[in-house]
Amino acid sequence: MATTVVAEDTGRARPRLGDRVFSRLALAAGIAILAALAGVFIFLAIEGVPGLSKPAEFYGSATSFWGYVAPLLFGTVLAAVIALVVAVPLAWGVALVVSHYAPKSIATPIAYVIDLLAAVPSVVFGLWGISVLARELQPAYVWLDENMGWLPFFAGPASGTGRTILTAGLVLAIMILPIITAISREVFAQTPRLHEEAALALGATRWEMIRMAVFPYARSGMVSAVMLGLGRALGETMAVAMVLSPGGGISLNLISSSNPASIASNIAANYKEGTPGKIQVLIATGLVLFLVTFLVNFAARWIVTRSERKLHR
Amino acid sequence: MSVTTAPVRTAPEAVSFTAARLPRIAPALVAVVAVAAAALPVLLLGWGPVAWAILSALVFLVALPVWAGVVEGRRGATDRLMTGLVWTACAIAVVPLASLLWTVVDRGLPRISSTFLTFSMYRTSLDQEVGIYHALIGTLLITIGAAVISVPIGIMAAIYLIEYGKGSRLAGWITFLVDVMTGIPSIVAGLFAFSVFILLFGPSYRSGIGGSVALSLLMIPVVVRSTEEMLRLVPADLREASYALGVPKWRTIVKVVLPTALGGIVTGVTLAIARVVGETAPLLLIAGLTTRTNFNLFDGRMTTLPVLIYTQNANPGIAETPGGTPPGVEIAWGAALVLIVIVMLLNLVARVIGRIFAPKTGH
Repeated sequence: MATTVVAEDTGRARPRLGDRVFSRLALAAGIAILAALAGVFIFLAIEGVPGLSKPAEFYGSATSFWGYVAPLLFGTVLAAVIALVVAVPLAWGVALVVSHYAPKSIATPIAYVIDLLAAVPSVVFGLWGISVLARELQPAYVWLDENMGWLPFFAGPASGTGRTILTAGLVLAIMILPIITAISREVFAQTPRLHEEAALALGATRWEMIRMAVFPYARSGMVSAVMLGLGRALGETMAVAMVLSPGGGISLNLISSSNPASIASNIAANYKEGTPGKIQVLIATGLVLFLVTFLVNFAARWIVTRSERKLHR
Repeated sequence: MSVTTAPVRTAPEAVSFTAARLPRIAPALVAVVAVAAAALPVLLLGWGPVAWAILSALVFLVALPVWAGVVEGRRGATDRLMTGLVWTACAIAVVPLASLLWTVVDRGLPRISSTFLTFSMYRTSLDQEVGIYHALIGTLLITIGAAVISVPIGIMAAIYLIEYGKGSRLAGWITFLVDVMTGIPSIVAGLFAFSVFILLFGPSYRSGIGGSVALSLLMIPVVVRSTEEMLRLVPADLREASYALGVPKWRTIVKVVLPTALGGIVTGVTLAIARVVGETAPLLLIAGLTTRTNFNLFDGRMTTLPVLIYTQNANPGIAETPGGTPPGVEIAWGAALVLIVIVMLLNLVARVIGRIFAPKTGH
């Protein structure tokens, strides 16, 4: 028996049947994932590429595909950026409370609540966003318009329903908060106990210990948490489709209803009345969204590998 | 040495080995003072309780670090400030979440009844009762379909990545592309399933299985990543001990590695299911909408709970009394409550299973 194992490790002997079947199955599963991803790209390209060069009447008020997609892309990115700016600091704070600040009797319920909320469906967030958050925020928008109107973000006029890009961004922030928190919490908690105790023994305060022992260890995990949050915020469909009442062109004005929809919410709102030609245009915008999220992930992934290398050296 | 230094030691507190610290009750004390101090302008200007809470937090966040800065120095002040900020973040995060749960329960609960859960929206006369039975069945079948496709593929792929392909170029590519897949927006997954099925079966094809395919595309990366993380945490000692006893590799994986990681894997799979159970966009595209109950995953349109919520809220109908809640909005809230309860039960089950099978780690 033992000789077989040694031989297997050096790869010289013929592995037994069970091993061969099992490893083939595992390999097939891995390749199936590659095939699925290639399939997404291929099928979206087949159906979407004709949508890039339709006659002008397919693009509404715009004259070309890029004129049609640019405001949508801007709306997508703007909502996601608002969401990240709000959610990331909060999420890291909550994650630190759970992993390092709170005693276990408090940390466990907090972690449990956040875990449950990670699973709240986007359509429920959308429902809540329209009927509670938008209504509550509307007076705040009026106030911002009157007192902070000199900032381009709050130029106004304030939306009467509260269904603005800022509301949509805040709903997105609440949606991505549990995801960022859950992952950050895991990586914070995995910091080696000895690193932490060494820092404390050298006289570091708790915050210094976190800055010097926890953050460097957890950096790649924190980046990947943000990346997952960004991915979800960019592609989130229903919450934006339900909350935002889209207006015309590109504008940084966050509190009026002059902002464009996001790519995803535009697809959800328009696919129903679409003729086959119009649907090809929508699928083409989906292809653009796919490429954008691909680029975001690529960049984030690159940062993760780089910081991991720095940690090991 | 000690003889020469002894006369210098005049002040007795210089021998203290600890720096000056605030008393243990300092945060509580400052909190009470902050709440009281904030009450003054709130009462004078007639602001609401929300403004009071915000003002108290601000006063606390300024006062405690300043006091600590005077007594403990700059490092102590930074520590106190960050502690305060971190707890504030926690409090802020809980507010919208609590508001959401409260609203869903408050507005959904009155609509829940046995008819609501056991009747479909299909009716032959206008005064018939309606319910969400058809959407419950649709959600159940489509989610089971997605899990059946993605759980075996996901777990086997993770096993390949950790146990077989470690360090190979293919494994590197798969890891990278699984990361990319995590970022696939759900609507893109829906468009993919939509494109595939209309290419195969014609432009008006709609079915539940299309929804399952779209959802499994979203589930697979979650399952792979969580399983991968868990397998990576299994100590190499366990594997080596098993090899040393002459156990073949595949039996080591099935009998030693997987059971050790089972708790985490089950949690990951359940979180993946909970994620796709509430997915709306792909199902809106490919599974469509119907008022009847459809038990066949492979034929005909199939309503799911999230799609029902979205469409009922978008086309709510006319309220019976002017100014009242339209019937569609009521149905949407009721369905939202049911959906959230399903999701929470899934989480609870996962937790219990995860705890039962969790390895004894010793800490």
